[in-house]
Amino acid sequence: MSAAATALPAAEERGAPLAPLSRLRLLTRNKLALTGAVAAAILVLIAVFAPLIAPYDPARPDFTAALREPGWAHWLGTDDLGRDQLSRVVYGVRASLQIGLLAVALAFAAGVPLGLIAGYYGRFADSVVSRLTDTLLAFPFLVLAVGLATILGPSLLNATIAVGVSQIPAVIRITRAETLRLKHLDYVAAAVANGGGDGTVLFRHILPGALSALTVQATVGIPTAIIGEALLSFLGLGVQPPSPSLGVMLSSAQAYIAAAPWMAVFPGLAIIAATLAFNLLGDGLRDILDPQGDSR
Amino acid sequence: MTTSTAPPALSVRDLSVVFRTPTRVVHAVDGLSFDIAAGEVLAVVGESGCGKSVTSTAVLGLLPPTASVGGSIRLGGRELVGADESELRDVRGRELAMIFQEPMTSLNPVLTIGRQVGEVLRRHQGIGRREARERAVDLLDLVGIPAPAQRARDYPHQLSGGMRQRVMIAIAIACDPAVLIADEPTTALDVTVQAGILEVLRSLRERLGTAIVLITHDLGVVADTADRVLVMYAGRGVEQAPVDELFGAPRHPYTRGLLGAVPVPGRGRAAGGRRRLQEIPGLVPSLTEQPDRCTFQPRCSYADERCGEQRPALRALRAPRERDERSAGYERYGPERHEAACWYPVPVHPEPTEPEPTEEEAAS
Amino acid sequence: MSYPIRRLGESLITLFLVSVVVFTGVRALPGDTATALAGEEPTPEAIAQIRESYGLDDNIVVQYLRYVRHAATGDLGVSSRTGLPVLDSVLEALPVTLELSALALLLAVVVGVGAGVVAAVRRGRPEEWLVNAVALLGLSVPAFWLGIVLVLAFAIAVPVFAASGFVPFGVDPMENLRHMVLPVIVLGSGLAAVVMRQTRAAMLGSLSADYVRTARAKGLSRRQVIMGHALRNSLVTVVTVLGLQLGHLISGAVVTEQIFVLPGFGKLTIDAVFSRDYAMVQGVVLFTSTAYILVNLLVDLAYSVIDPRIRLGGAQ
Repeated sequence: MSAAATALPAAEERGAPLAPLSRLRLLTRNKLALTGAVAAAILVLIAVFAPLIAPYDPARPDFTAALREPGWAHWLGTDDLGRDQLSRVVYGVRASLQIGLLAVALAFAAGVPLGLIAGYYGRFADSVVSRLTDTLLAFPFLVLAVGLATILGPSLLNATIAVGVSQIPAVIRITRAETLRLKHLDYVAAAVANGGGDGTVLFRHILPGALSALTVQATVGIPTAIIGEALLSFLGLGVQPPSPSLGVMLSSAQAYIAAAPWMAVFPGLAIIAATLAFNLLGDGLRDILDPQGDSR
Repeated sequence: MTTSTAPPALSVRDLSVVFRTPTRVVHAVDGLSFDIAAGEVLAVVGESGCGKSVTSTAVLGLLPPTASVGGSIRLGGRELVGADESELRDVRGRELAMIFQEPMTSLNPVLTIGRQVGEVLRRHQGIGRREARERAVDLLDLVGIPAPAQRARDYPHQLSGGMRQRVMIAIAIACDPAVLIADEPTTALDVTVQAGILEVLRSLRERLGTAIVLITHDLGVVADTADRVLVMYAGRGVEQAPVDELFGAPRHPYTRGLLGAVPVPGRGRAAGGRRRLQEIPGLVPSLTEQPDRCTFQPRCSYADERCGEQRPALRALRAPRERDERSAGYERYGPERHEAACWYPVPVHPEPTEPEPTEEEAAS
Repeated sequence: MSYPIRRLGESLITLFLVSVVVFTGVRALPGDTATALAGEEPTPEAIAQIRESYGLDDNIVVQYLRYVRHAATGDLGVSSRTGLPVLDSVLEALPVTLELSALALLLAVVVGVGAGVVAAVRRGRPEEWLVNAVALLGLSVPAFWLGIVLVLAFAIAVPVFAASGFVPFGVDPMENLRHMVLPVIVLGSGLAAVVMRQTRAAMLGSLSADYVRTARAKGLSRRQVIMGHALRNSLVTVVTVLGLQLGHLISGAVVTEQIFVLPGFGKLTIDAVFSRDYAMVQGVVLFTSTAYILVNLLVDLAYSVIDPRIRLGGAQ
């Protein structure tokens, strides 16, 4: 059989599990994914070194320079209060990435343990977690954010919580599916048979196996979170002015849409760049780590 | 069996199939020729990956665009290689039908059985929905499905594997095709179910005179069902003979290895009985090259320099045994002809120098 | 237990949990619940009346049961801002949101399924590349930014469509559509991208399935094979995805209405948040979540109609 398999042209592509090194090679061969990775790295650098990059104080108004078109002094123009758009976009990217990462971390901190429990113990635990997931899903992202903003008041922290909580069901679902899949694999069954405790099996054997799928989920979770934050800030439920945020910038741009379109264009392009970078990276990672495709 | 003068229902000449991917080239089928007459059952045997299924897919013109097909495939008087897609579509399902290996997945899970059988009738016979439905029920009855009118309303998952394969046969024979290709039709089924499916195929041949190309691993199925056998190795045809003769006196070393026993003259059928293909030491050669030598040479214990330098053609052998005096007739097309692609065909009677194997060796 | 009944049971449990969360949410408001519910700058009489009508001095379980009984009969409380029953405001805003959502869904399905089929059938060709690129862009462009840009292009620069406001369809169909075009594109584009990607993935799967090979071996035309066999199977996936996207549709509708000043459900919600109209927020959240659960239930039941394996309790 093994010898005969060479006759099938597709056999090579289906292939055996890849070694980490060849995965890295695949990443470089997948041009889109590489583009995404480079773009994401640049964005992270911009966020980390924002104070060095921004030419002006992003929050300091300068009424003598309000609504300036893009030019040499202000590359991306100024807003209605004369604040430098470039500086605000740079700090906005920083805020977006912070919130994105925090929200995804929150979703994973809650979702991964619940998914593991549901998948590993099954039965009662599974039904409880499933109902919990359904209940969370029944509050669409914005409805959840509205509720939180109503109870706790609109703020950056509450926006992050809303964005994070709305991603919990997806994390639970993926962790659960992976756990179910891995639980029945021989090496996990062997670990159980050898008297490995639940903790050992879960954290030594199942979690590492689920890492690929979770990595992809994290990568696609970040752009969703970035858009979510921008959305909430745009509606006034997230970051509060005068703190720089891409969503806040777009919100104030709406009033000047005809007079100063650059106020809307550049923050929007920044959001697109950030989400596109992580979406490309996520798509590429999915192709590399899970060749069966994105059927689910 | 047909007379040797009848024109073949399907005639394949020098067929080659090459898959080209950016990284390599695979010669899946290389210079294959065979004929099959109406009412005949030709078994195609060989290890997996030898090109059997690629051949059948090529005959239907269903290969992916990465494949390039050369040579000639003539159905009746019509050339299929190079024919345009709409012409092929008129042939498929009407004159040329196929049964696939996987009855579990070959039917569409979201359509009823009746719809899937009726569909092929509506396509080729231009009849309405209602008439197609009635004819579909008749066909299900014909292939031995109990309560066909009810089954027609069922979905594939409600039927057993054997029943699904019968549905596949009903689809295949709906338009009385001249040629039916059955690719491992019983491999996925239980032994008891297998017998029923083979019985359906045999009765088809009797009643409708369908030419059947039976692709299989199972020598028992071959012995039970086939008139003639074509043995394939690494994309090439290596031996072709009437079934009794192939089992009784295999002339190609590969066939001998495949049958796993030294033939006993006069007990051909028994020697080939219910037995799976035997393992032969060595590896099937990579199909990325197209060597000008016998592809079996690396694994052959009879090979010499000539085998490593020149490619043997599939050619008619002098008829063995008592048929010698009629050998002129074997050179023409005909079901009696015995061909092998070997420079040194295995003699019919073993050389005295070759020791007779013991029972254990024969079984191993 | 048959599938529909089990599914119904699950929905009821979820509904119960949702009602508990919404009920608790209002009690978790900072400060005194009655004061909060009475709206901004309440009079002592108003607070006392609220305390009385909500029965806030009763046992919490009694309060919950009363809340559920009221909600079940359509009594979602009274808006502190307008003094009108919450349900009336909701029902008034609903047609706008439903029209917007239905048209956006239609756009998403037509464009998404169409493009997904093209991308799968023309695999490895320029068409697939183009469709994939547009879909990725659709996923990465935030709807509200697209809204701003579209307003700039088609309502300000070239004023063909309306930038804001709503005209009921019954009053003037043409004007209604002129006001809906941009919002529908804004809401539908992201959804179309998701539908497209799922359709493409599902189609790639079914196009390489054995039953498609069977269909081709029958001599069916390309169109019959793609539409009758491959797409028919892929639709099961697409319907599931649409169900999962319902939350996004609701969130998207809120934003879209905010951008285009449509007097729908979303605008009602956001206005309520900023005027601290807690009864309204509570009513809207409960209404939305209940609708979400019901629609998902319907989608799952529809799913079982499309896929006989589930309907007849076979596989799974």
